[in-house]
Amino acid sequence: MDWEVIFRNAILAGISREAAVYAIAAVGLNVHFGYTGLLNFGQVGFMSISAYGVGISITQYGAPVWLAFIIGLLAAVFLALLLGVPTLRLRADYLAIVTIAASEIIRLTFRSVALTDWSGGSNGINGFADGFYVWNPFDPSVAYGFGSVKVFGNQAYIIIVGWTLAVLVTLLVWLLMRSPWGRVLKSIREDEDAARALGKNAYWYKMQSLILGGVLGGLAGIVLSVGQSTVQPDVYSPPVTFFIWTALILGGVGRIWSPIFGAVAFWMILSLANNVLDQATQAGIVPAAVTAGVRGGSIRFMIVGLGLMLLMAFRPQGVFGDRNEMMLADR
Amino acid sequence: MNTMTADRGASKWSWRHRLLLLLLLTVTLGSLQIPAMAQDEGPELGFQGTFTNPEGEDGPTPVEGVRVEVTDADGAVVGEAVSDAEGAWTVEVTDTGEYTVTVDVESFPDDASLRNPDEPSRTLTVNPGQVRPVLFPIGEGPGPGADSGFDLRLVLQLFVEGIKLGLLIAMMAIGLSLVFGTTQLVNFAHGELISIGAVIAYFFNVTIGMHLILAAILAIIATAGASALMDLGIFRPLRKRGVGLIAQLVITIGLSLFLRYGLLYVFRGDPRSYGNYNIQRGIEIGPIVLPPKDIWSVLISIIVLVGVGLVLQRTKIGRAMRAVSDNRDLAESSGIDVQRVILIVWAVGGGLAAFGGILWGLGESVSWIMGFRLLLPIFAGVILGGIGTAYGALVGSLVVGVFIQMSTLVIPSELKNAAAMVALILILVVRPQGILGRSERVG
Repeated sequence: MDWEVIFRNAILAGISREAAVYAIAAVGLNVHFGYTGLLNFGQVGFMSISAYGVGISITQYGAPVWLAFIIGLLAAVFLALLLGVPTLRLRADYLAIVTIAASEIIRLTFRSVALTDWSGGSNGINGFADGFYVWNPFDPSVAYGFGSVKVFGNQAYIIIVGWTLAVLVTLLVWLLMRSPWGRVLKSIREDEDAARALGKNAYWYKMQSLILGGVLGGLAGIVLSVGQSTVQPDVYSPPVTFFIWTALILGGVGRIWSPIFGAVAFWMILSLANNVLDQATQAGIVPAAVTAGVRGGSIRFMIVGLGLMLLMAFRPQGVFGDRNEMMLADR
Repeated sequence: MNTMTADRGASKWSWRHRLLLLLLLTVTLGSLQIPAMAQDEGPELGFQGTFTNPEGEDGPTPVEGVRVEVTDADGAVVGEAVSDAEGAWTVEVTDTGEYTVTVDVESFPDDASLRNPDEPSRTLTVNPGQVRPVLFPIGEGPGPGADSGFDLRLVLQLFVEGIKLGLLIAMMAIGLSLVFGTTQLVNFAHGELISIGAVIAYFFNVTIGMHLILAAILAIIATAGASALMDLGIFRPLRKRGVGLIAQLVITIGLSLFLRYGLLYVFRGDPRSYGNYNIQRGIEIGPIVLPPKDIWSVLISIIVLVGVGLVLQRTKIGRAMRAVSDNRDLAESSGIDVQRVILIVWAVGGGLAAFGGILWGLGESVSWIMGFRLLLPIFAGVILGGIGTAYGALVGSLVVGVFIQMSTLVIPSELKNAAAMVALILILVVRPQGILGRSERVG
């Protein structure tokens, strides 16, 4: 068992672009669930539609980078309106079902053979990310970092951009939630009928919250697709939404810094579990058949599923949350 | 809405112990199945297929001796195979990636030929852990008229297949609907009950070698038991502790993720078929053609649905279920053991989900992800009919089933499930309470 490798990989996973992407998406989810009480189980749909919005507008229509970026975020606004109009007047579980359905529709549509010329089928879209790398100050062929924790230039660039964005959107949400607008959202979370009795248009406030959180999801999707230099439909599959949920609940729902903490902790725990299992297999402590083929990958998802259940059952407020602040009441 | 706070003081430990017990049980069951399932070890990566001539003299006949060649992205030949006496062929590849599978048109025997000889090759991607099935249709196909826009025979055929799918969805939806009715919980792990039932039946049928009917009965009982265990081990303690419905809903999502990838761990990624009733010749009923297993599937689901309807209307437990759905506090105060009723609802719902899963697996194939794929049409059916109403779920499921199949007339069949979801969203705009639902909590 090489513990140095295990811990180095855990640190790399904690600061990785995936962790930054999850943090941004979890900030969006926190706006939905933590501050407004909306059950969005299709956050990955927002990520996907924005990433494709950028990819398609650059490769198909030759849009400049800044325009493609705006189009990508507008696609998330459009999706939020599409999902919100029919469901936000109904019980909370309707939004849950419709959002998870929508994220599957989006994935199936983008990967369909009929639209291959447009969205690239199951191979997705490549060659749109170059425009985002013109501001990259690092040399792609040099590894940057401290000690043995090093990443190559392009990675370092995306990691810095990703985490800067994560901190910026966190500050934005912090300011918004201190405003009168944010207090209305929280009052809707606590008691929608009471908020409505005070003359607040709960439907429209929930819609604004859905749009804001969805756009943050979209931003996360764009960072991920630029970081990977490709957008592939199956990267944006439903379990990603539940990973982000787990990260958010791990940090503590309805708390400002919990998405960032949760995303880092989530990726470190996952990396630790994976690497310990790998090393134990190599050292012969665990038989090779246990992690062969698809098995190694499926263990990761099982850990997340189990972790989500145990967290929700025993510590729904996560690490930083306040039990009184957590509504999780019934709608 | 959640009024179960009576037993809030119940010891935390007893419930932790029960969860631990459930986990241990799951792990033990899992490890028991691994060696048994690993017996039919095929290639880890590659392509497979079966050449069957549907227009053979004695019904569908396997086509032997057809040569298949697999080339990689650079055009280098990485493997070839010749179909055996069952018409089956397998080509193993060493790495994931894109390959081209080409059939040697010349190698067909005289009485069979490729349906479309101009397209003898397919370019496909092998994903990790996947032995990818490749389909080459043989024979003349549905005949003339299939291409000409509107074909009444095709419309009728799709309508009947839609009814068949709708009945299956209705059967699988009963559990979801009843659990929602009695506890207000939306169970996202319901799809996994479907897959578990189908996979257990596969285990008894193929790995152990029982006849499918016996295997199905055992699988239904086992899944009903597993479903009851979920309530006993997880959700009943949560209700006792007064955990909110939304927290419970997130727990069902964790459970679904855990079970789904547990199935992938045990069953691997590739879809498989049961050992019985595999290849059947279609029976012509007027203008439509159905294999006997589809006709049986329709008959069985109608019998089951009528049976469930009778139980709900006529028996004591059925009345108790409806009473709990209608008003839990009132039911409890009139002497109904609510927790027992909920337990029975979970068991029955799980058994029916397994039954539906086995029938679906017979018509299509058994895979680890089938339940999750079916869950969304089931949600659509339940919401369309009016969430929590038993008969609404039936009507809604039939509409969804027919809509899914008929939509292939206009759109590519890979998007038919997406079309059903779009229809669901549209229905929610126009009639949010569903077709038969009462309007409540709208606004």
